[in-house]
Amino acid sequence: MTIRALRDDYHGEFKDSLEKFGGAQLVYLGWDKHQMFCSSRAFPLPPEMRFQELLDNVMPEAFGQHPEFTQIDWNKAQWILDNSAFQPDHSKSLTELDIGHKSLLRLVTPELTGYKGAGI
Amino acid sequence: MSPKKLNLKDKYKLLTRDLDWEFSYEDRKEAFPYEEFEGIKITDWDKWEDPFRLTMESYWKYQAEKEKKLYAIYDAFAQNNGQTNVTDARYVNAIKLFLTGVSPGEHAAHLGFAFTGRQMGGIGARVAAQMQSIDELRHIQTQIHAMSHYNKFFDGFDEFNHMHDRLWYLSVPKSFFEDARTAGPFEFMIAIGFSFEYVLTNLLFVPFMSGAAYNGDMATVTFGFSAQSDEARHMTLGLEIIKFLLEQHEDNLPIVQKWLDKWLWRGYRLLTLVAMMMDYMLPQKVMSWQEAWELYFEDAAGALFKDLERYGIKMPDYTDTIKQEKEHLSHQAWWIFYQYTHAAAFHTWTPTAEEMDWLSEKYPDTFDKYYRPRWELAAEMEAKGERFYTTGLPQLCQTCQIPMAFTEMSDPTQVSYRESIYNDERFHFCSDPCKSIFDNEPEKYVNAWLPVHQILQGNCGGGGLDKVMEYYHLDDGVANLEFEGSPDAERWKEWKGVA
Repeated sequence: MTIRALRDDYHGEFKDSLEKFGGAQLVYLGWDKHQMFCSSRAFPLPPEMRFQELLDNVMPEAFGQHPEFTQIDWNKAQWILDNSAFQPDHSKSLTELDIGHKSLLRLVTPELTGYKGAGI
Repeated sequence: MSPKKLNLKDKYKLLTRDLDWEFSYEDRKEAFPYEEFEGIKITDWDKWEDPFRLTMESYWKYQAEKEKKLYAIYDAFAQNNGQTNVTDARYVNAIKLFLTGVSPGEHAAHLGFAFTGRQMGGIGARVAAQMQSIDELRHIQTQIHAMSHYNKFFDGFDEFNHMHDRLWYLSVPKSFFEDARTAGPFEFMIAIGFSFEYVLTNLLFVPFMSGAAYNGDMATVTFGFSAQSDEARHMTLGLEIIKFLLEQHEDNLPIVQKWLDKWLWRGYRLLTLVAMMMDYMLPQKVMSWQEAWELYFEDAAGALFKDLERYGIKMPDYTDTIKQEKEHLSHQAWWIFYQYTHAAAFHTWTPTAEEMDWLSEKYPDTFDKYYRPRWELAAEMEAKGERFYTTGLPQLCQTCQIPMAFTEMSDPTQVSYRESIYNDERFHFCSDPCKSIFDNEPEKYVNAWLPVHQILQGNCGGGGLDKVMEYYHLDDGVANLEFEGSPDAERWKEWKGVA
C-alpha cells in the first residue's frame, strides 16, 4: 500500500517533478567532511551543462566561501554520484554523465581535512 | 414549584453521553465516513472512559476564570514595561521562534481536534476532542496576546501568520501538523493526542516556560501556567485514546505501534528547534537538551512504555538513534540557522566564551571535538568583517523538511544521506526513519511543499533572494541577520544606557 487514504484511487501530486523547473533539472551538491556548509545545496541546472562548466561556475557558488576551496585539485577530486563512485569526463554534459533530476553529487577531497582538520 | 435540581452525576450524564442519539433513518457509517479506512476496529464505544469528567458548562466557567487572571497579568506586564526586564535582548529571539514556529501549531491542533471531535463515532471521545479543540484555539490566542507586547519593541513578530505558510524552516512544524491532519481521525489522535501531547509535551513546554522564567519573561511564564491545566487534561485524553484502541481489538495493535514509531520520530525531529533554543538561544540556561531528553523522555516516557507493554506495545523504533543524537542535535541545528539567518525572522549569534565552556561541560564527548571549531571559524570570519552567511539553498529532507545537516552517528563529520526511488523519481532523506516513513506512504510525501524547491520553481515571488524576502514579508536588514548590530540590539543598549 502506498498510502492509507479514504479513497483507494488517491494519488499524491509529484510536487517536484522535472517539468516543474522550467527546463532546468535539480542537482544537489555536497562536499564531504566540510561541514562549514551545514548541508548539501540544491541547484537548478541546464541538463546540457558540461561538467567543466559545473566546476567553473557552480562549484564556486556552492563552496567558494571555504578557506580550502582554492586548494582543491580538480584533477584529483573524487566524486560520489547517487551513492556510487563516479569518474566524470569533464567535457560531457550532465545528461551524458547520467546526472539526473534530483541527483546527489558529492565531492570528496581526502587530502583536505577541513578547518583545523576537524572535518569542517 | 421550582424545577427539580439535577445531581452532579445526572447532570454530567445528560450533558455528555446523552448528547448522542440513535440513528433511526440515516446510516451511521455515512455519518462517520472516516471511522473505518485506517483499519482500526471499534467494537463498543461505550467502553470509552471520559478523561476530562467535565461538562461543557463547567468547562466554560473554569476557562473564563483563568482568562480573567491571565489578562490581568498581561496588562500589568505591559504597564510595567516588562520587556525591559528580560535577561538580554537575545532572549527575545527564543519567543520569536515560539510565536512563528509553535503557536501556529496550536491552531493546527485546534483544527485537527475539531475534525476528530466530529468524526469519531463515540460521543465521549467526541466531546473530549471538541474541548481540546477549543483549548488549542485558546492557546494560540493567549500566546499571540502575550507576544503582542514584545511586538511593539522587537522585530520579527509582526508577520508570523503570513510567514507560517512560506518561510523555509516554518514548513517543518507546518508539514508536521499537516501530515497528522491529513491522516484519519485515529492516526491524528495517536500522533497529536498521544505522541505529541502526552509523550513529548514536556520537552516542548517545560523548556520554553522554564526558559521564560529563568530569563525574566513573565508574560510567557503566565500563559504557560494558564495552559498547564489544559495540558494535563490533554495528557489524559492521549492516554485514554491509546488504551481504548488497544483494548477494543487486538488487530489495532500493529497499526497503533506503527503510528507510535512514526510519530515519536516526527515529533522528535520537530523538537530540534527546542534543542537549539535550550542550548544556544537562552542567555540564562535551564538545562541542556541532552539533560531534558534524559529526564523527560528516557526516564518519564520509559516508564510509560513499560506500562503499555501489557498491551503488547514496545518502545517506539529509533529511540536508540535519538539517544545517540542527543549530544549532536542542538549544535547541528544552530549551525543551520547561524549560516542561513539572512533568511530567518530572528537573529543568531556565535556563543560567547562562557557559553562555549558551558557547552563543553554539558557535552564533554562532542562539543570540543566537533562543534567548538565551527564557532571558532565563525568568530574568525566575523573578526575579519566577513560574518558567515552561506550562499545557495539547502537540500531538504523530503519527510521532515529540515536541511540535510544531520550526520551519521558512527561518524559525526559525515552527513547522513538516504534516498528512495519512487515512480522513477529520486527522493532524499536525512535519516533511516524519515526514509522509512516515506517508503510506507510515498503517495503522501511526494506531495510535500518543500520551500527550497518551491523557490527554485519560481513560486515564491520569482526572481532572486530579494523577491523571496518580499514574498516572506521578511524585513531585510531588520528582522534577520546577526544579532550584534541589529536594531533589536541597538534599542536594547539604548534602554540599558550601554554605549
